Amino acid sequence: MNKRAVFKSWWLPVLFALPQLLLILFFFYWPAISVFNWAFTLEPAFGGAGERLFVGLDNFRDVFADREYWRSVSLSLFFAFTATGLSMLIAFVLAICVDRQLKGSGLFRFFYIWPYAIAAPAVGLAFRFIFAPESGLIAVVNTWSPDLWNPAKYGSHAMILIIICFAWKWIGYNFIFMTAGLQSIPRSLLEASSMDGSGPVRRALDIQIPLLAPTLFFLLVLNLTESFVGPDTFGIVDLTTEGGPNKATDVMVYRIVSEAFRGLNYSGAAAQSLVLIALIMVFTFIQFRFVERRVHYK
Amino acid sequence: MIERTPILNAITYLIMILGLILILGPFWMIFTAATQSLQEVTAVPFNMTPGGDFFKNVHAAWDRANLGPALLNSLITSLLVMTGKIVLAALSAFAIVYFKSPLRHVFFWMVFMTLMLPLEVRVIPTYNIAADVFEPVRWIIQTLTGIELSLQWNLLNSYSGLVLPLIATATGTFLYRQFYMTLPDELAEAAKMDGARPLRFFIDILLPLSRTNMLALATIMFVYAWNQYLWPKLMTTDASYQTAMVAMRALVPSVNALPEWNVSMAGALIIMLPPLIVVAVLQRWFVRGLVSTEK
Repeated sequence: MNKRAVFKSWWLPVLFALPQLLLILFFFYWPAISVFNWAFTLEPAFGGAGERLFVGLDNFRDVFADREYWRSVSLSLFFAFTATGLSMLIAFVLAICVDRQLKGSGLFRFFYIWPYAIAAPAVGLAFRFIFAPESGLIAVVNTWSPDLWNPAKYGSHAMILIIICFAWKWIGYNFIFMTAGLQSIPRSLLEASSMDGSGPVRRALDIQIPLLAPTLFFLLVLNLTESFVGPDTFGIVDLTTEGGPNKATDVMVYRIVSEAFRGLNYSGAAAQSLVLIALIMVFTFIQFRFVERRVHYK
Repeated sequence: MIERTPILNAITYLIMILGLILILGPFWMIFTAATQSLQEVTAVPFNMTPGGDFFKNVHAAWDRANLGPALLNSLITSLLVMTGKIVLAALSAFAIVYFKSPLRHVFFWMVFMTLMLPLEVRVIPTYNIAADVFEPVRWIIQTLTGIELSLQWNLLNSYSGLVLPLIATATGTFLYRQFYMTLPDELAEAAKMDGARPLRFFIDILLPLSRTNMLALATIMFVYAWNQYLWPKLMTTDASYQTAMVAMRALVPSVNALPEWNVSMAGALIIMLPPLIVVAVLQRWFVRGLVSTEK
């Protein structure tokens, strides 16, 4: 990131950077330091005055000893991998189809992007209705046999519901990046291969998918991060299941926020937050290394 | 391609149409439910044809979720966040790219690291600092000099509180940085030769050139800001500062009340319309913004 022509001034860049710097110091780093502080300390008993009590790794030990926590971790993992897989698979099939550039595929592309515009809570509310046990689209199965589908009662159904919400919303995003990736594959490559007698399926398998691999990898990491710790997961869970029934959809993001606010267990929530931040760092690191290598500046 | 593949084409169309049903189906259901009466909307199996109660439902949803002020709040905060993000991104990237200073790397990394601190993992402390912005300042001054200040600024239940914590932007800064990097060095050299100072170069050359970037960034940031949920939900206890996304919670039918999904869907439809319009009408810009910020 070096430019030959640069301006000489020491105070101008400071002045230009200052607004953003102040905002991130106040609203990102100071809170992050508090989280760090809380994770290793305890509030004095009875909210008394005085220094916070340093307890080392005790908060983490408490969190890790809690079976509920590990249940939440495994729920999050299950949610993240299934939702990501489902969303990417559907988006991929649609992107490959649209990229064949048949007549009218532009129209399909126009609509496939729409889900990304809808906020996660709105998606949650809409799908809560569509998949409601007493009315909506799926309710008809309950007339065949009562409670065949009831996300308010069965944990597995609730999990399916939030997976569908997330996957549906992210189809739009994944589709955008996959079509962009497919478009950047040189047409001449595909033409040459069709001259050699390959059909569309063979071209997709041997040219398009391998060349799309970097995009797919990028999307995989991004989807996993978003479904694991993203705001969309929180919004969806909050508007559909609220972590229930019986904590069957109490994924990590939702748990942290609700524990911090309802349970008032700041130290426990802070310890869990730190674990999550560490996970995000790993994800981001993988992504950044890979992305930086791909982008070249002239 | 030139080959004729009628069967494969038919399959492709079939898949694309199924995809279209999958994508537009929920939209259609929201719309039809919003137009039906309570009796129609609770019918099993669901009737996919629109009814005639649309305006009645909208009216009910409007009252129940207090949508008038909520939509206005959403619009105001979204526009402020959008503008703020663009301005900050352009300024920060300018400082990073066009000035040689060892601190620029530090600054760049600090901005980058914010990506790893999503709101969900720092809700309580962010809430605390919004309740008392000058807490760190007081703390620093007290540890350094021992003087206790009584400086206070509470952001809760205010537009500044809805906007300021959301304005910092790593992705926007990247986008602008990347754009500045692609500009030829000769541009700045020529400007310097002609005696332009940094500020003039920024205002008269960089900003006009970045117009397309600005529009692309504006579309994605507007959608981002409108769809914010957790932060406005946390920090507005005063109903007059509620945004539409938070107000939507009032539309969820409660367990013991009538399942008035028609009203819920009418409200949801209105609340999700503005970002949908941005994405549909400005799709070229939106896609461009999205693809280029994530590179």
